Amino acid sequence: MLAYVIRRVFAGVIMLIVMSIVTFALFFLTPIDQESFICGKNCSAAQKKETAAAMGYDDSFINQWSDFAKGVVVGRDFPDDPKLRETAPQTIVRCDAPCLGYSRERGDTVTNLIKDTFPVSFSLAVAAFILWMAGGILFGVLAALKKGTFIDRGVVGLSLIGFAFPTFFVGLLLYKFVAIQWGLTEIPRYTSIAEGGIGGWLSGLTLPAITLCLFFMAAYVRMTRSYVIESFQEDYVRTARAKGLPERTVTFKHALRAALTPIVTMAGLDFAGLMGGAIITESVFNYPGMGKLAVLASSDFDLPTTVGLVILLAAFVIMANIVVDLLYAVIDPRVRLG
Amino acid sequence: MSTTSLSTAGTAASSSGPLLSVRELQVHFPTQDGVVKAVNGLTFDLEAGKTLGIVGESGSGKSVSSMAIMGLHRGTNAKVSGEIELAGVNLLDISADEMRRKRGRDVSMIFQDPLSAMHPYYTVGNQIAEAYRVHHSVSRKIAKQRAVEMLDRVGIPTPDKRVNDYPHQFSGGMRQRAMIAMGLINDPGLLIADEPTTALDVTVQAQILDLLQDLQREFNSAVIIITHDLGVVAEMADDVLVMYAGRAVEHGPCKEILTHPEMPYTWGLLSSVPDLSGDTGARLVPIPGNPPSLLNPPSGCAFHPRCAHRDKVPGDLCRTELPLLVPGQRGAHHTKRCHLPNPDAIYATEVLPEIAPDLVGGAGEDGAEELR
Repeated sequence: MLAYVIRRVFAGVIMLIVMSIVTFALFFLTPIDQESFICGKNCSAAQKKETAAAMGYDDSFINQWSDFAKGVVVGRDFPDDPKLRETAPQTIVRCDAPCLGYSRERGDTVTNLIKDTFPVSFSLAVAAFILWMAGGILFGVLAALKKGTFIDRGVVGLSLIGFAFPTFFVGLLLYKFVAIQWGLTEIPRYTSIAEGGIGGWLSGLTLPAITLCLFFMAAYVRMTRSYVIESFQEDYVRTARAKGLPERTVTFKHALRAALTPIVTMAGLDFAGLMGGAIITESVFNYPGMGKLAVLASSDFDLPTTVGLVILLAAFVIMANIVVDLLYAVIDPRVRLG
Repeated sequence: MSTTSLSTAGTAASSSGPLLSVRELQVHFPTQDGVVKAVNGLTFDLEAGKTLGIVGESGSGKSVSSMAIMGLHRGTNAKVSGEIELAGVNLLDISADEMRRKRGRDVSMIFQDPLSAMHPYYTVGNQIAEAYRVHHSVSRKIAKQRAVEMLDRVGIPTPDKRVNDYPHQFSGGMRQRAMIAMGLINDPGLLIADEPTTALDVTVQAQILDLLQDLQREFNSAVIIITHDLGVVAEMADDVLVMYAGRAVEHGPCKEILTHPEMPYTWGLLSSVPDLSGDTGARLVPIPGNPPSLLNPPSGCAFHPRCAHRDKVPGDLCRTELPLLVPGQRGAHHTKRCHLPNPDAIYATEVLPEIAPDLVGGAGEDGAEELR
């Protein structure tokens, strides 16, 4: 078990290193001069060159990447220029490990940017996750138990609608009508727990979380429904009935238990995917999360931020994979890790 | 009609009659294409401690009728009618909850494939103890102790350890033993075994059948064994009921049916059993054609399209008129559903020489012994 975890984590780290090299290479190859962004419009060729040297942009790909990797492990200074350190130490920004780079555009280290935006995205992801899992499993089981009735058709039909409407549309609809037109909720605005307490945090989250969860809930309703229906066909459900167990026990202890396994697997991976930020939802509600940050970073060529976010998301997905596999072995006794 | 009541009158059976009495059982499934008549007018009796073998091809209604006895068609769209009287109670009259209370306690069932019949996520002990706890209000510990006892009784070595194993850690034969333990833990009066040996290899099959017979004697349960294997029937059954297209086509004491079958479908089943001790030149004769559609069963006798002997019946009766299940030439204990006037003679002169030439010439009585 421990050996398995160590092996998986080791493989995950290697995967991350490869990911970072690939991401780095993609940006290294883009025909954008980083230095001209810093130097400004009326920059002479010599000044440009000087800036590039100070920033390390003229360095080889390998060196730039190893600087980045070193930053992740021990931290680094921006710009890493001994001359500047003597003449104007106040202009140097110290970026502590794990340092993912420094964003000129945003004037802050990527690590700090992520620290600011991560709680927003995480709150949103957790709230949406709870809503969609509860709703998805509840309605999915309901539809499966009432298979063929109008309840089943209603649930499946509604989930098709939820699946079909794009998130930005649902988000705008809720924003415009529920919050502004009808005033049923406050104008959604992110409030941290430290700022507004749990109540303020929740009320700010309500509409974005509902927007984000609808799509997932629709998918999980359909998935749960089909897994539970499949599970009711199993021979062991017939055995459970033949023992004389009450239908409640048959449903929850025998049929649902088996159906939950694949759902848990999917849920872990979907949740990890949201850790990188819910791009559309955050944009619609102007939520200062990682998704919004990613959109801004990519629209103004903020390469360090983009690279940092990509690598962070990759790390979450890899981690979620390991957790889901471990969880799988806990749920299903037939699974052996090794 | 019952033959067991003739042979065991006044012994095991109480004066109130047979333990299980099925009358005119019908199980119909309405579908979009029409009504599937899976079981049609099935009638039989079974006494405590006795074994009934129900034989037939896939789709002949064997499993559907046993599910009806278990009350497992409740909650589906199946239409069940007739009478299923178990120990004096008509199971079709009682409420769903009363039926649930009987399931596993008064009548229990073991299934064909013990791997898929057990829940993969719970230990064998948990699943057996669950069957006990649902009918007895005892602590988990006592129920588990019961499960260990039962595992020991069905021949699982070191049952106190194996009780914590999961089904996938058991071998196929052990899983079926565990299923038998689960079926018998509440000492039910009736045990239905639905092809209990089909998924097992041949050496294990014999062990499982022996075990079932031992336990039947010990618990004095009535057993319905559903199979398409006439060898199993010869080994286990007191009575045999042959089913075809949802109807009983021949019914009588085991030895009688196996030695003097009077229905061409039973002849077909016997012809498709290989005879290990017989002449290697003897041919296995398959029954031509396929089982009939239960949606549009053939007119008259459902077997007539596949029957090689229908020309011997005058007036095209086989095609036009459903034969009744009536006593044949050999007395009231042996009923058959066939228009042939002289089946015994046809069997002796036409069928027996084909399938067991060495038995021809007055040695027909040994037919059942051959199968054993």
